[in-house]
Amino acid sequence: MRPRATLATAGRVLRQLRHDPRTVVLLLVVPCVLEILLKYVLDGQPFTFSRIGGPLLGLFPFITMFLVTSITMLRERTTGTLERLMAMPIAKLDLLLGYGIAFGAVAAVQAVLTTTVAFGLLDLSSTGSEADVVVFAIANALLGMSLGLFVSAFANTEFQAVQFLPATVFPQLLLCGLLVPRDQMADVLDAASSALPLTYAYEGLSRVTTGPGFDGTAWRDLAIVLAVTLLALALGATTLRRRTG
Amino acid sequence: MPSSPAIETKALRVVRGGSEVLHEIDLEVPEGEVTGLLGPSGCGKSTLMRAIVGVQIVQGGAVNVLGKPAGSAELRARVGYVTQAPSVYLDLSVEENLLYFATVVRAAPSRIAEVMRAVDIDELAGRKVGNLSGGQVARVSLATALLNEPPLLVLDEPTVGLDPVLRRDLWGMFRALADGGTTLLVSSHVMDEADRCDRILLMRDGSILATGTPQELRDDTGADDLDAAFLTLIDRAEGAD
Repeated sequence: MRPRATLATAGRVLRQLRHDPRTVVLLLVVPCVLEILLKYVLDGQPFTFSRIGGPLLGLFPFITMFLVTSITMLRERTTGTLERLMAMPIAKLDLLLGYGIAFGAVAAVQAVLTTTVAFGLLDLSSTGSEADVVVFAIANALLGMSLGLFVSAFANTEFQAVQFLPATVFPQLLLCGLLVPRDQMADVLDAASSALPLTYAYEGLSRVTTGPGFDGTAWRDLAIVLAVTLLALALGATTLRRRTG
Repeated sequence: MPSSPAIETKALRVVRGGSEVLHEIDLEVPEGEVTGLLGPSGCGKSTLMRAIVGVQIVQGGAVNVLGKPAGSAELRARVGYVTQAPSVYLDLSVEENLLYFATVVRAAPSRIAEVMRAVDIDELAGRKVGNLSGGQVARVSLATALLNEPPLLVLDEPTVGLDPVLRRDLWGMFRALADGGTTLLVSSHVMDEADRCDRILLMRDGSILATGTPQELRDDTGADDLDAAFLTLIDRAEGAD
């Protein structure tokens, strides 16, 4: 492992994004627009907006980074740059951490922007500070990134990679408690949701926005999200092979 | 006493997609020479090169490169590899690509300008690779492999699609590199490039059909040009089956 190679990788990934300004704008603007949309869709139910509006801010980066990473990594695989890197003196960890730094930074910008819009313009209130939401947003972005990295190994085309979003992310969004509290679901789904990382991401976000704040449970939730991220990264690392058939 | 070969394979076997694509290949590539790997498209040249670079899963035999088993971690800084399909970032500029790979292979930043000049892409430095022509992208990919001046270069069809002047210039560069002690293994399916090599490995259907200097192959077959020599060798091999 070499910090210079890690940072060079992060810089390279960010430069790739910079050459694609439309993607950058979409990454930053779409979550804000969706949050505004949600506010007025729930015009007659302000309580619901204050319940899910805050947690959603921290969940956007999970979704966008999952997509961006799975496509970026798929391109590395299909254009041969991954094979070239694997034949070069770079540790897999340098590559993974480089990705993590780059997408974590983008997620931070995205989260600061969306929370500013939500708390500043949309009158969303929160028990915790904006920074608490941003912390969870970055953790969720890294979770999305590591899962995206892992599933990209199972996609041969960009079409397939995109379909992994509804396949792996939507069920978690349905089950995490955002739409319906988990104790109101069928027992089997409630049980299943406790095995899914997004459940803890939502629970933590919910505590820092509408609950008691950044308490022990929120810390535990954050730790679980980060632990699953590391697990997915380790699994993702096994899909970066120096030798292929 | 000749120096030990830069590349040596013994009974190398590779199976891809359920069928054997390399059959017990034995070969030696001497140090400091340009060795041409020639043969029709689909004969296993790229797979052989992948095995030498250590990115191919092999089913049997041994591959030694610069005295180490192929794929050893210490070889990653000493073997430059250019795949047939250019493997560079299409959404970065030429210079940004070279800057990234230079850091990865620990090359001095001054090398970036040098390799761009060497493959004649210095005027494209700021251009996005995705907007360049196929031949230009191929040269960006080649420049990447030259950054850290590795003692062994494995180049898979580096001159495909290039205009004759550029091809001549690149072969001139390969020659200069070999004169400076670099070992080059260059594949091609264009027989007229064979004459520019010190030594030729002629490959067909996953086996090495013949090896030797261009002159040896001509003498051996009594042919005037290498195309005819290769045909004779192929006929001979098929007669033996």
